[in-house]
Amino acid sequence: MPKAKITFQDINQAVHVPVGTRVIEVSEKVGSGIIYGCRECDCGTCVMHVEEGWNNLSEPSVLEEKVLRENMAGRHDRLACQAQIIGDVTVKPA
Amino acid sequence: MSGPVNILDTGGAIEFAPRVHWIGAMDPSLRTFDIILKTANGTSYNSYLIRGSEGVAIVDTVKENFAEEFFRRLESVTSYDEIKVIVLNHLEPDHSGALPQLMERAPQARLYISQRATAMLKGLLKPQGEAFEYTTVGTDDRVSLGDRTLRFLHTPFLHWPDTQCTYLEEEQVLFSGDVFGCHFCDSRLFNDKVGDFRFSFDYYYAHIMRPFKQHVLDALELIEPLPLRIIAPTHGPILRDRPERYVRHYRELSTSSLSGEIGNNEKSLMIFYMSSYGNTARMAEAIYAGADEVDGVRVSLFDLEGGEVDPFVDLIEGADGLVFGSPTINGDAVKPVWDLLSSLVVVNLRGKLGAAFGSYGWSGEAPGMIEDRMRGLKMRVPLSGIRVKLIPSDEELVECRGYGRAIAATLVGKPIRKQVLDLADLAG
Repeated sequence: MPKAKITFQDINQAVHVPVGTRVIEVSEKVGSGIIYGCRECDCGTCVMHVEEGWNNLSEPSVLEEKVLRENMAGRHDRLACQAQIIGDVTVKPA
Repeated sequence: MSGPVNILDTGGAIEFAPRVHWIGAMDPSLRTFDIILKTANGTSYNSYLIRGSEGVAIVDTVKENFAEEFFRRLESVTSYDEIKVIVLNHLEPDHSGALPQLMERAPQARLYISQRATAMLKGLLKPQGEAFEYTTVGTDDRVSLGDRTLRFLHTPFLHWPDTQCTYLEEEQVLFSGDVFGCHFCDSRLFNDKVGDFRFSFDYYYAHIMRPFKQHVLDALELIEPLPLRIIAPTHGPILRDRPERYVRHYRELSTSSLSGEIGNNEKSLMIFYMSSYGNTARMAEAIYAGADEVDGVRVSLFDLEGGEVDPFVDLIEGADGLVFGSPTINGDAVKPVWDLLSSLVVVNLRGKLGAAFGSYGWSGEAPGMIEDRMRGLKMRVPLSGIRVKLIPSDEELVECRGYGRAIAATLVGKPIRKQVLDLADLAG
Protein backbone atom coordinates (compact mmCIF):
# COMPACT_ATOMS: atom_id res chain seq x y z
CA MET A 1 0.00 0.00 0.00
CA PRO A 2 1.47 3.42 -0.91
CA LYS A 3 2.46 5.46 2.10
CA ALA A 4 2.88 9.13 2.84
CA LYS A 5 4.41 11.03 5.73
CA ILE A 6 2.48 13.55 7.76
CA THR A 7 4.41 15.76 10.16
CA PHE A 8 2.65 17.47 13.06
CA GLN A 9 4.73 20.55 13.61
CA ASP A 10 3.32 21.44 17.04
CA ILE A 11 4.68 18.23 18.57
CA ASN A 12 7.52 17.68 16.11
CA GLN A 13 6.28 14.20 15.26
CA ALA A 14 6.03 12.47 11.89
CA VAL A 15 3.88 9.46 11.07
CA HIS A 16 3.87 7.17 8.02
CA VAL A 17 0.29 6.51 6.96
CA PRO A 18 -1.41 4.74 4.07
CA VAL A 19 -2.28 7.18 1.30
CA GLY A 20 -5.90 8.26 1.68
CA THR A 21 -5.84 8.38 5.49
CA ARG A 22 -7.71 11.35 6.90
CA VAL A 23 -5.73 13.67 9.20
CA ILE A 24 -8.29 13.08 11.97
CA GLU A 25 -7.37 9.39 12.01
CA VAL A 26 -3.78 10.22 12.93
CA SER A 27 -3.66 13.50 14.80
CA GLU A 28 -5.57 12.38 17.88
CA LYS A 29 -3.66 9.15 18.22
CA VAL A 30 -0.35 10.92 18.05
CA GLY A 31 -1.42 13.70 20.41
CA SER A 32 -1.23 16.74 18.16
CA GLY A 33 -3.00 19.84 19.39
CA ILE A 34 -5.46 19.81 16.48
CA ILE A 35 -8.85 19.57 18.15
CA TYR A 36 -12.23 18.38 16.96
CA GLY A 37 -15.85 19.29 17.53
CA CYS A 38 -18.52 17.74 15.30
CA ARG A 39 -16.07 15.63 13.27
CA GLU A 40 -18.33 15.90 10.24
CA CYS A 41 -17.50 19.11 8.42
CA ASP A 42 -19.93 21.44 10.13
CA CYS A 43 -18.44 23.31 13.09
CA GLY A 44 -15.00 24.33 11.87
CA THR A 45 -13.30 23.48 15.18
CA CYS A 46 -10.60 21.36 13.51
CA VAL A 47 -9.19 24.05 11.25
CA MET A 48 -5.48 23.29 10.77
CA HIS A 49 -2.76 25.16 8.96
CA VAL A 50 -0.83 23.39 6.22
CA GLU A 51 2.81 24.42 6.47
CA GLU A 52 4.14 22.31 3.62
CA GLY A 53 2.69 20.00 1.00
CA TRP A 54 -0.55 21.92 0.35
CA ASN A 55 -1.05 19.95 -2.84
CA ASN A 56 -0.53 16.65 -1.05
CA LEU A 57 -3.95 16.75 0.56
CA SER A 58 -7.20 15.79 -1.17
CA GLU A 59 -9.11 18.69 -2.76
CA PRO A 60 -11.58 20.35 -0.37
CA SER A 61 -15.24 19.63 -1.06
CA VAL A 62 -17.75 22.42 -1.68
CA LEU A 63 -19.04 21.89 1.86
CA GLU A 64 -15.56 22.10 3.39
CA GLU A 65 -14.89 25.30 1.48
CA LYS A 66 -18.12 26.77 2.82
CA VAL A 67 -17.22 25.87 6.43
CA LEU A 68 -13.71 27.29 6.00
CA ARG A 69 -15.21 30.51 4.66
CA GLU A 70 -17.73 30.81 7.49
CA ASN A 71 -14.96 30.36 10.02
CA MET A 72 -12.79 32.94 8.31
CA ALA A 73 -10.02 30.40 7.82
CA GLY A 74 -6.78 31.74 6.44
CA ARG A 75 -4.82 30.82 3.37
CA HIS A 76 -3.62 27.23 3.41
CA ASP A 77 -6.04 26.24 6.17
CA ARG A 78 -8.00 22.99 5.94
CA LEU A 79 -10.37 20.96 8.08
CA ALA A 80 -8.51 18.05 9.65
CA CYS A 81 -11.69 15.95 9.76
CA GLN A 82 -11.95 16.12 5.97
CA ALA A 83 -8.48 16.36 4.44
CA GLN A 84 -7.01 13.09 3.22
CA ILE A 85 -3.26 12.63 3.07
CA ILE A 86 -2.07 11.75 -0.42
CA GLY A 87 1.59 12.79 -0.13
CA ASP A 88 4.07 14.22 2.36
CA VAL A 89 2.61 17.10 4.30
CA THR A 90 3.34 19.21 7.37
CA VAL A 91 0.47 20.60 9.45
CA LYS A 92 -0.14 22.36 12.74
CA PRO A 93 -3.20 23.60 14.69
CA ALA A 94 -4.51 26.85 13.18
CA MET B 1 -33.26 57.27 49.21
CA SER B 2 -34.46 57.19 45.66
CA GLY B 3 -37.35 54.87 45.08
CA PRO B 4 -37.57 52.34 42.26
CA VAL B 5 -38.03 53.73 38.78
CA ASN B 6 -41.49 52.51 38.00
CA ILE B 7 -40.80 51.24 34.52
CA LEU B 8 -42.77 48.03 34.92
CA ASP B 9 -46.01 49.93 35.32
CA THR B 10 -45.50 52.58 32.65
CA GLY B 11 -44.31 50.11 30.06
CA GLY B 12 -42.49 52.91 28.31
CA ALA B 13 -38.92 53.41 27.15
CA ILE B 14 -36.26 54.77 29.51
CA GLU B 15 -33.96 57.42 28.08
CA PHE B 16 -30.52 57.08 29.71
CA ALA B 17 -28.46 59.21 27.33
CA PRO B 18 -29.69 61.84 24.85
CA ARG B 19 -31.95 60.01 22.36
CA VAL B 20 -30.72 56.62 23.64
CA HIS B 21 -33.42 54.48 25.23
CA TRP B 22 -33.73 51.20 27.08
CA ILE B 23 -36.61 49.23 25.55
CA GLY B 24 -35.98 45.80 27.07
CA ALA B 25 -38.00 43.46 29.25
CA MET B 26 -37.83 42.29 32.85
CA ASP B 27 -38.12 38.60 33.73
CA PRO B 28 -38.19 38.57 37.53
CA SER B 29 -39.54 35.04 37.90
CA LEU B 30 -36.71 33.25 36.06
CA ARG B 31 -34.63 31.05 38.38
CA THR B 32 -32.58 28.93 36.00
CA PHE B 33 -31.10 30.34 32.85
CA ASP B 34 -29.92 28.10 30.03
CA ILE B 35 -29.80 25.07 32.36
CA ILE B 36 -26.42 26.04 33.82
CA LEU B 37 -27.07 29.34 35.59
CA LYS B 38 -29.07 30.14 38.70
CA THR B 39 -30.52 33.53 39.45
CA ALA B 40 -32.16 34.57 42.70
CA ASN B 41 -34.14 37.48 41.29
CA GLY B 42 -34.56 36.75 37.60
CA THR B 43 -32.94 38.55 34.71
CA SER B 44 -33.52 41.28 32.19
CA TYR B 45 -33.34 41.18 28.41
CA ASN B 46 -31.93 44.58 27.58
CA SER B 47 -32.68 46.07 24.22
CA TYR B 48 -31.78 49.57 23.12
CA LEU B 49 -33.02 52.23 20.75
CA ILE B 50 -30.86 55.02 19.35
CA ARG B 51 -32.33 57.92 17.46
CA GLY B 52 -30.23 59.75 14.89
CA SER B 53 -31.06 62.62 12.51
CA GLU B 54 -31.56 60.09 9.71
CA GLY B 55 -33.31 57.23 11.39
CA VAL B 56 -33.56 54.94 14.36
CA ALA B 57 -31.42 51.93 15.31
CA ILE B 58 -32.48 49.03 17.49
CA VAL B 59 -29.68 47.12 19.22
CA ASP B 60 -30.67 43.57 20.23
CA THR B 61 -34.17 42.36 20.98
CA VAL B 62 -35.63 40.15 23.74
CA LYS B 63 -36.71 36.57 24.39
CA GLU B 64 -39.68 35.66 22.23
CA ASN B 65 -42.28 35.51 24.99
CA PHE B 66 -41.31 39.00 26.15
CA ALA B 67 -41.82 40.52 22.71
CA GLU B 68 -45.06 42.27 23.67
CA GLU B 69 -43.32 44.25 26.43
CA PHE B 70 -40.44 45.09 24.08
CA PHE B 71 -42.73 46.35 21.30
CA ARG B 72 -44.76 48.40 23.77
CA ARG B 73 -41.65 50.21 24.94
CA LEU B 74 -40.37 50.59 21.38
CA GLU B 75 -43.66 52.07 20.19
CA SER B 76 -43.54 54.65 22.99
CA VAL B 77 -40.59 56.37 21.27
CA THR B 78 -40.68 55.50 17.58
CA SER B 79 -42.83 54.33 14.74
CA TYR B 80 -41.71 51.27 12.83
CA ASP B 81 -41.15 53.15 9.57
CA GLU B 82 -38.42 55.23 11.24
CA ILE B 83 -36.31 52.18 12.01
CA LYS B 84 -33.37 52.11 9.63
CA VAL B 85 -30.93 49.81 11.41
CA ILE B 86 -31.27 46.65 13.49
CA VAL B 87 -28.12 45.35 15.16
CA LEU B 88 -27.87 41.94 16.76
CA ASN B 89 -24.74 41.74 18.87
CA HIS B 90 -25.50 38.13 19.76
CA LEU B 91 -28.00 35.72 18.23
CA GLU B 92 -28.86 33.59 21.25
CA PRO B 93 -32.67 33.25 21.41
CA ASP B 94 -32.98 35.50 24.48
CA HIS B 95 -31.79 38.37 22.26
CA SER B 96 -33.04 37.33 18.83
CA GLY B 97 -36.48 36.09 19.94
CA ALA B 98 -38.37 39.18 18.81
CA LEU B 99 -36.31 39.69 15.66
CA PRO B 100 -38.67 37.99 13.16
CA GLN B 101 -41.60 40.10 14.35
CA LEU B 102 -39.48 43.24 14.34
CA MET B 103 -38.34 42.58 10.78
CA GLU B 104 -41.93 42.07 9.73
CA ARG B 105 -43.02 45.34 11.32
CA ALA B 106 -40.01 47.27 9.98
CA PRO B 107 -39.27 45.60 6.62
CA GLN B 108 -37.24 48.58 5.40
CA ALA B 109 -34.69 48.17 8.21
CA ARG B 110 -31.30 46.67 7.49
CA LEU B 111 -30.02 43.93 9.80
CA TYR B 112 -26.36 44.08 10.88
CA ILE B 113 -24.69 41.00 12.35
CA SER B 114 -21.13 39.78 12.76
CA GLN B 115 -19.42 37.74 10.08
CA ARG B 116 -19.64 34.65 12.26
CA ALA B 117 -23.37 35.02 12.81
CA THR B 118 -24.73 34.10 9.40
CA ALA B 119 -24.95 30.34 9.90
CA MET B 120 -26.56 30.90 13.29
CA LEU B 121 -29.12 33.30 11.89
CA LYS B 122 -30.24 30.63 9.45
CA GLY B 123 -30.24 27.97 12.15
CA LEU B 124 -32.24 30.05 14.59
CA LEU B 125 -34.82 31.59 12.33
CA LYS B 126 -35.86 28.59 10.28
CA PRO B 127 -37.43 28.85 7.83
CA GLN B 128 -37.73 32.67 7.68
CA GLY B 129 -33.97 33.05 8.18
CA GLU B 130 -33.27 32.26 4.57
CA ALA B 131 -35.40 35.18 3.52
CA PHE B 132 -33.71 37.71 5.78
CA GLU B 133 -31.41 40.20 4.21
CA TYR B 134 -28.48 41.24 6.32
CA THR B 135 -25.10 42.93 6.22
CA THR B 136 -22.13 41.38 8.01
CA VAL B 137 -19.78 43.71 9.83
CA GLY B 138 -16.40 43.54 11.53
CA THR B 139 -14.17 45.75 13.67
CA ASP B 140 -14.30 49.43 12.71
CA ASP B 141 -17.16 49.02 10.25
CA ARG B 142 -19.58 51.87 10.79
CA VAL B 143 -23.24 52.62 10.19
CA SER B 144 -24.46 56.18 10.11
CA LEU B 145 -27.72 57.44 11.56
CA GLY B 146 -27.03 60.95 10.23
CA ASP B 147 -25.63 62.82 13.20
CA ARG B 148 -24.67 59.62 15.05
CA THR B 149 -22.47 56.70 14.20
CA LEU B 150 -22.50 53.11 15.31
CA ARG B 151 -19.10 51.43 15.18
CA PHE B 152 -18.71 47.65 15.47
CA LEU B 153 -16.14 45.67 17.42
CA HIS B 154 -15.50 42.06 16.45
CA THR B 155 -15.40 40.24 19.80
CA PRO B 156 -15.99 36.56 19.00
CA PHE B 157 -16.61 33.84 21.61
CA LEU B 158 -18.00 36.11 24.27
CA HIS B 159 -19.67 33.70 24.63
CA TRP B 160 -20.72 32.43 21.18
CA PRO B 161 -18.73 32.59 17.97
CA ASP B 162 -21.03 35.34 16.69
CA THR B 163 -20.73 37.86 19.50
CA GLN B 164 -19.82 41.49 18.79
CA CYS B 165 -20.09 44.87 20.50
CA THR B 166 -21.49 48.09 19.10
CA TYR B 167 -20.22 51.54 20.10
CA LEU B 168 -22.18 54.75 19.77
CA GLU B 169 -19.31 57.13 19.12
CA GLU B 170 -20.93 60.49 19.85
CA GLU B 171 -22.35 59.44 23.24
CA GLN B 172 -19.55 56.99 24.12
CA VAL B 173 -22.01 54.23 24.89
CA LEU B 174 -20.86 50.64 24.43
CA PHE B 175 -23.63 48.16 23.67
CA SER B 176 -21.66 45.17 24.82
CA GLY B 177 -23.98 42.21 24.32
CA ASP B 178 -23.49 39.61 27.06
CA VAL B 179 -20.09 41.05 27.96
CA PHE B 180 -20.31 42.94 31.28
CA GLY B 181 -23.79 41.46 31.77
CA CYS B 182 -25.32 39.45 34.59
CA HIS B 183 -28.58 37.77 35.47
CA PHE B 184 -29.93 40.31 37.89
CA CYS B 185 -33.41 41.74 37.61
CA ASP B 186 -34.07 45.13 39.13
CA SER B 187 -36.32 47.73 37.62
CA ARG B 188 -34.14 50.52 38.97
CA LEU B 189 -32.02 49.58 35.95
CA PHE B 190 -28.71 51.34 36.69
CA ASN B 191 -25.64 50.11 38.54
CA ASP B 192 -25.76 53.03 40.95
CA LYS B 193 -29.41 52.29 41.82
CA VAL B 194 -29.99 48.54 41.90
CA GLY B 195 -28.07 47.66 45.06
CA ASP B 196 -25.17 45.27 45.41
CA PHE B 197 -25.11 42.98 42.39
CA ARG B 198 -21.39 42.15 42.40
CA PHE B 199 -22.02 38.48 43.25
CA SER B 200 -24.23 38.17 40.22
CA PHE B 201 -21.73 39.93 37.96
CA ASP B 202 -18.87 37.65 39.06
CA TYR B 203 -21.04 34.53 38.91
CA TYR B 204 -22.04 35.36 35.35
CA TYR B 205 -18.43 35.90 34.36
CA ALA B 206 -17.40 32.61 36.02
CA HIS B 207 -19.94 30.58 34.09
CA ILE B 208 -20.25 32.40 30.78
CA MET B 209 -16.98 34.19 30.06
CA ARG B 210 -14.40 32.18 32.01
CA PRO B 211 -14.04 29.42 29.38
CA PHE B 212 -13.09 32.17 26.91
CA LYS B 213 -10.52 34.14 28.91
CA GLN B 214 -8.16 34.62 25.99
CA HIS B 215 -11.04 35.93 23.88
CA VAL B 216 -11.98 38.28 26.75
CA LEU B 217 -8.42 39.63 26.76
CA ASP B 218 -8.52 40.07 22.97
CA ALA B 219 -11.83 41.93 23.26
CA LEU B 220 -10.46 44.16 26.05
CA GLU B 221 -7.71 45.28 23.68
CA LEU B 222 -10.49 46.77 21.54
CA ILE B 223 -12.65 48.03 24.41
CA GLU B 224 -10.08 49.57 26.76
CA PRO B 225 -8.98 52.38 24.40
CA LEU B 226 -12.60 53.56 23.98
CA PRO B 227 -13.77 56.58 25.96
CA LEU B 228 -16.69 55.08 27.88
CA ARG B 229 -19.53 57.00 29.42
CA ILE B 230 -21.95 54.06 29.66
CA ILE B 231 -21.80 50.30 29.14
CA ALA B 232 -25.16 48.88 28.11
CA PRO B 233 -25.10 45.06 28.30
CA THR B 234 -27.91 42.70 27.29
CA HIS B 235 -28.55 41.41 30.82
CA GLY B 236 -28.55 43.13 34.19
CA PRO B 237 -27.87 46.72 35.20
CA ILE B 238 -26.78 49.40 32.76
CA LEU B 239 -23.32 50.47 33.92
CA ARG B 240 -23.39 54.26 33.91
CA ASP B 241 -21.53 54.97 37.16
CA ARG B 242 -17.81 54.66 36.42
CA PRO B 243 -18.16 51.92 33.82
CA GLU B 244 -14.38 51.68 33.41
CA ARG B 245 -14.29 49.78 36.73
CA TYR B 246 -16.10 46.89 35.10
CA VAL B 247 -13.66 46.84 32.22
CA ARG B 248 -10.79 46.72 34.71
CA HIS B 249 -12.56 44.00 36.67
CA TYR B 250 -12.91 41.88 33.51
CA ARG B 251 -9.19 42.17 32.95
CA GLU B 252 -8.49 41.14 36.54
CA LEU B 253 -10.84 38.17 36.27
CA SER B 254 -9.18 37.07 33.03
CA THR B 255 -5.60 37.38 34.24
CA SER B 256 -4.06 35.23 36.93
CA SER B 257 -2.63 37.37 39.70
CA LEU B 258 -0.58 34.48 41.11
CA SER B 259 0.97 33.24 37.89
CA GLY B 260 4.19 32.33 39.69
CA GLU B 261 2.31 29.62 41.54
CA ILE B 262 1.00 28.24 38.25
CA GLY B 263 4.56 28.22 36.93
CA ASN B 264 5.83 30.62 34.31
CA ASN B 265 8.87 28.72 33.20
CA GLU B 266 7.77 25.20 34.02
CA LYS B 267 5.00 22.97 32.75
CA SER B 268 2.59 21.91 35.47
CA LEU B 269 1.41 18.32 35.54
CA MET B 270 -1.38 17.33 37.93
CA ILE B 271 -2.18 13.78 38.85
CA PHE B 272 -5.64 13.14 40.30
CA TYR B 273 -6.62 9.71 41.50
CA MET B 274 -9.14 7.65 43.45
CA SER B 275 -8.22 4.33 44.95
CA SER B 276 -10.29 1.71 46.75
CA TYR B 277 -7.63 -0.75 47.99
CA GLY B 278 -4.57 1.44 47.52
CA ASN B 279 -3.50 -0.10 44.20
CA THR B 280 -4.33 2.85 41.98
CA ALA B 281 -2.78 5.09 44.67
CA ARG B 282 0.52 3.17 44.44
CA MET B 283 0.45 3.54 40.67
CA ALA B 284 -0.19 7.27 41.11
CA GLU B 285 2.83 7.63 43.40
CA ALA B 286 5.06 5.78 40.93
CA ILE B 287 3.84 7.93 38.02
CA TYR B 288 4.44 11.02 40.16
CA ALA B 289 7.99 9.89 40.95
CA GLY B 290 8.72 9.22 37.28
CA ALA B 291 7.32 12.55 36.11
CA ASP B 292 9.28 14.34 38.80
CA GLU B 293 12.53 13.14 37.23
CA VAL B 294 11.96 15.27 34.14
CA ASP B 295 13.38 18.80 34.15
CA GLY B 296 10.99 21.63 33.43
CA VAL B 297 7.93 19.89 34.86
CA ARG B 298 6.30 20.73 38.16
CA VAL B 299 4.22 17.74 39.15
CA SER B 300 1.50 17.60 41.83
CA LEU B 301 -0.43 14.64 43.23
CA PHE B 302 -4.00 14.87 44.54
CA ASP B 303 -6.33 12.28 46.01
CA LEU B 304 -9.85 13.11 44.80
CA GLU B 305 -11.22 11.70 48.03
CA GLY B 306 -9.68 14.61 49.91
CA GLY B 307 -11.14 17.49 47.98
CA GLU B 308 -14.19 19.05 46.43
CA VAL B 309 -14.80 19.59 42.76
CA ASP B 310 -14.63 23.41 42.47
CA PRO B 311 -11.09 23.94 43.79
CA PHE B 312 -9.91 21.09 41.59
CA VAL B 313 -11.51 22.82 38.60
CA ASP B 314 -9.49 25.93 39.46
CA LEU B 315 -6.32 23.84 39.61
CA ILE B 316 -7.07 22.20 36.29
CA GLU B 317 -7.58 25.55 34.60
CA GLY B 318 -3.98 26.49 35.31
CA ALA B 319 -2.44 23.08 34.55
CA ASP B 320 -0.63 22.09 31.36
CA GLY B 321 -1.07 18.34 31.76
CA LEU B 322 -3.66 16.23 33.59
CA VAL B 323 -3.43 12.60 34.59
CA PHE B 324 -6.43 10.80 36.02
CA GLY B 325 -6.25 7.53 37.88
CA SER B 326 -9.32 5.42 38.55
CA PRO B 327 -9.93 1.81 39.41
CA THR B 328 -12.44 0.03 37.24
CA ILE B 329 -15.55 -0.89 39.19
CA ASN B 330 -18.30 -2.73 37.36
CA GLY B 331 -16.84 -1.74 34.02
CA ASP B 332 -16.64 1.99 34.69
CA ALA B 333 -14.40 4.68 36.15
CA VAL B 334 -15.54 5.76 39.61
CA LYS B 335 -18.02 8.56 40.21
CA PRO B 336 -15.68 11.19 41.75
CA VAL B 337 -13.61 11.05 38.58
CA TRP B 338 -16.67 11.56 36.41
CA ASP B 339 -17.92 14.29 38.74
CA LEU B 340 -14.72 16.22 38.10
CA LEU B 341 -14.59 15.43 34.39
CA SER B 342 -18.17 16.63 33.99
CA SER B 343 -17.49 19.92 35.79
CA LEU B 344 -14.90 21.32 33.44
CA VAL B 345 -17.22 23.17 31.09
CA VAL B 346 -16.29 26.47 32.76
CA VAL B 347 -12.60 26.25 31.91
CA ASN B 348 -10.67 26.04 28.67
CA LEU B 349 -8.98 22.67 28.25
CA ARG B 350 -7.95 22.99 24.62
CA GLY B 351 -4.60 21.45 23.95
CA LYS B 352 -3.86 20.37 27.52
CA LEU B 353 -2.15 17.02 27.65
CA GLY B 354 -4.15 14.17 29.17
CA ALA B 355 -3.36 10.66 30.36
CA ALA B 356 -5.09 7.98 32.41
CA PHE B 357 -4.24 4.93 34.48
CA GLY B 358 -5.76 2.56 36.99
CA SER B 359 -5.81 -0.80 38.69
CA TYR B 360 -8.57 -3.23 37.80
CA GLY B 361 -9.95 -6.63 38.68
CA TRP B 362 -10.94 -8.27 35.44
CA SER B 363 -11.87 -5.90 32.61
CA GLY B 364 -10.16 -2.53 33.21
CA GLU B 365 -12.21 -0.16 31.06
CA ALA B 366 -11.67 2.97 33.18
CA PRO B 367 -8.48 4.44 31.65
CA GLY B 368 -9.81 4.07 28.09
CA MET B 369 -13.10 5.70 29.03
CA ILE B 370 -11.29 8.58 30.70
CA GLU B 371 -9.11 9.04 27.62
CA ASP B 372 -12.19 9.21 25.39
CA ARG B 373 -13.68 11.82 27.69
CA MET B 374 -10.49 13.88 27.63
CA ARG B 375 -10.41 13.80 23.82
CA GLY B 376 -14.04 14.89 23.87
CA LEU B 377 -12.96 17.82 26.05
CA LYS B 378 -10.48 18.81 23.30
CA MET B 379 -7.44 17.69 25.22
CA ARG B 380 -4.66 15.81 23.47
CA VAL B 381 -3.98 12.28 24.63
CA PRO B 382 -0.70 11.18 23.04
CA LEU B 383 0.10 8.18 25.23
CA SER B 384 -2.06 5.17 25.75
CA GLY B 385 -3.08 4.66 29.39
CA ILE B 386 -1.49 2.19 31.72
CA ARG B 387 -3.43 -0.53 33.54
CA VAL B 388 -2.43 -2.97 36.26
CA LYS B 389 -4.39 -6.04 37.25
CA LEU B 390 -5.11 -5.72 40.97
CA ILE B 391 -1.94 -5.26 43.06
CA PRO B 392 0.97 -3.66 41.16
CA SER B 393 4.16 -5.72 41.27
CA ASP B 394 7.56 -4.09 41.61
CA GLU B 395 8.07 -4.50 37.86
CA GLU B 396 4.72 -2.90 37.16
CA LEU B 397 5.57 -0.01 39.44
CA VAL B 398 8.78 0.49 37.48
CA GLU B 399 6.61 0.55 34.35
CA CYS B 400 4.37 3.17 35.97
CA ARG B 401 7.42 5.23 36.80
CA GLY B 402 8.49 5.04 33.17
CA TYR B 403 5.00 6.06 32.11
CA GLY B 404 5.21 9.12 34.37
CA ARG B 405 8.55 9.98 32.82
CA ALA B 406 7.11 9.59 29.31
CA ILE B 407 4.12 11.83 30.07
CA ALA B 408 6.34 14.54 31.55
CA ALA B 409 8.81 14.30 28.65
CA THR B 410 5.97 14.66 26.16
CA LEU B 411 4.67 17.65 28.09
CA VAL B 412 7.98 19.49 27.74
CA GLY B 413 8.15 18.64 24.05
CA LYS B 414 10.78 15.90 24.26
CA PRO B 415 8.73 12.77 23.72
CA ILE B 416 10.42 9.47 24.39
CA ARG B 417 9.56 7.89 21.09
CA LYS B 418 10.86 7.67 17.57
CA GLN B 419 10.85 10.85 15.51
CA VAL B 420 8.93 9.04 12.77
CA LEU B 421 6.22 6.55 13.70
CA ASP B 422 3.99 4.30 11.67
CA LEU B 423 0.25 4.64 12.02
CA ALA B 424 0.10 0.98 12.94
CA ASP B 425 2.34 1.69 15.99
CA LEU B 426 -0.16 4.07 17.48
CA ALA B 427 -2.75 2.76 19.90
CA GLY B 428 -6.37 3.09 18.85
